Amino acid sequence: MLILTCPMCGVTAEETEFHGGGEAHLKRFGPGSSEDEFEGYLFMRENPKGVHFERWRHANGCGKWFHAARCTTTLEVFGTYAAQTYEPPAEIKAVISDKRPGWRWREHS
Amino acid sequence: MKRYSAFAVAREAARFHTGWERAWRNPAPKSRYDVIIIGAGGHGLATAYYLGKNFGIKNVAIIEKGWLGGGNTGRNTTIIRSNYLQDPSAALYEKSRSLFETMSQDLNYNVMFSPRGVIMLAQTQHEVRGYQRTAHANALQGVKTEFINPQRVKELVPIINLDGPRYPVLGGLWQARGGSARHDAVAWGYARACSDMGMDVIQQCEVTAVRRDGGKVVGVSTTKGDIDCDKLGIVVAGNSGHVAGMAGFRLPIESVALQALVSEPIKPCMDVVVMANTVHGYMSQSDKGEMVIGGGTDGYNNYTQRGSFHHIEETVRALVETFPMVSRLKMLRQWGGIVDITGDRSPILSKTPVENVFINCGWGTGGFKATPGSGWAMAELMAKGHGPLTDAFGMERFREGRFIDESVAAGVAH
Repeated sequence: MLILTCPMCGVTAEETEFHGGGEAHLKRFGPGSSEDEFEGYLFMRENPKGVHFERWRHANGCGKWFHAARCTTTLEVFGTYAAQTYEPPAEIKAVISDKRPGWRWREHS
Repeated sequence: MKRYSAFAVAREAARFHTGWERAWRNPAPKSRYDVIIIGAGGHGLATAYYLGKNFGIKNVAIIEKGWLGGGNTGRNTTIIRSNYLQDPSAALYEKSRSLFETMSQDLNYNVMFSPRGVIMLAQTQHEVRGYQRTAHANALQGVKTEFINPQRVKELVPIINLDGPRYPVLGGLWQARGGSARHDAVAWGYARACSDMGMDVIQQCEVTAVRRDGGKVVGVSTTKGDIDCDKLGIVVAGNSGHVAGMAGFRLPIESVALQALVSEPIKPCMDVVVMANTVHGYMSQSDKGEMVIGGGTDGYNNYTQRGSFHHIEETVRALVETFPMVSRLKMLRQWGGIVDITGDRSPILSKTPVENVFINCGWGTGGFKATPGSGWAMAELMAKGHGPLTDAFGMERFREGRFIDESVAAGVAH
């Protein structure tokens, strides 16, 4: 059972209060993009065994979207942060580096 | 290999069962094989078996990081059916179902195939229309299914409650030759047959890297040393994304936990398999008398082989409404398996960007029923580079927009 803290309203609750929204920090590609870019954006996913960054929505709470950094093998949550960012914030990355030295996720480490 | 038979049982009984030999060898890896299959689950072992049987390729190793059939092969709810909507799926799953009919004879191993019939309950008007459409499609595909009315459902499943408080039973999609088989025996039977052909089933040997020379595979590194190969087959279900990452390509796959649970054994009460997709529950009775219950998937990526508890609550709640008599049952065990889910809920049987690496994955929540057909098709793909059963299932179908969309047809459960 996952326990997440919504960074928007500050409520800490178990996973039935939230709804997973899939991989975070996807770059959206529009008209004029190459087929590779479209394929990557629409279908290809990191699906890592370990550190992962995801979108979540506080569906049965404040209703806001946010991001979470989580380990997919232990379900440990490293932290949650506002969705208004293009990449994981430095303090979240520092927490992960502390607990999972040498981690990599896309170009982040 | 000594054949199993009634005579063999009598012979061994006469000498106090001292003459049984091991069902498969437990060899150390050789330095080179023609083909390496990563993953000794049902699909991987079936792939190796049909490589040997249909194409004469017998210098094969099947490498397994854990124990044989210890992943999703031993964690599913053993349902076998082929009532899919799309033509490529129906061809593949019906091939698989038909191979189950003769599997015990082919392998000389009792897989306990029981074509007891499968009902998928229609509990909303949307499902009624959907399953009627599937029944029509199956008629054109040569897959024998029919849409049955609630009275017929009640005849087949006397313990069912047709007028449940949330979702009344409005009919069902019935496949009389669907059913179940013993999942462990499928893996063990294939392993024994592979070993008998001279193939090496290597357990507790984890692949740590896929070695390439330019764009071509030359072998793998494992916890038991480097092994060379001409061709590599990746058949690792939930770990597909992880192993594909070692080989240097990405997949349109997300891995999540899917749960099942099993009750204490009770006297025979239901002799068909019932699936209720609207309420996320499916149930059958094993030969031991346990009610085998499948539930829903977690809503987020994970590799924990446990699953979230609230999904059990949802599943059990639905089943108690549909089968009131199970409300007093005690549950013995619960477990989870990591399923690899694609966007269109159809598998990937494909060449990859790395030459001579082939992948068989994306079976999601419904791989067990496909075990022999998947192996048959994958063997043809690996031996010949293409095949009539696999051509539609290439991973380029996402890029090209040729989905085999079973997600709409099947709702959630497979």
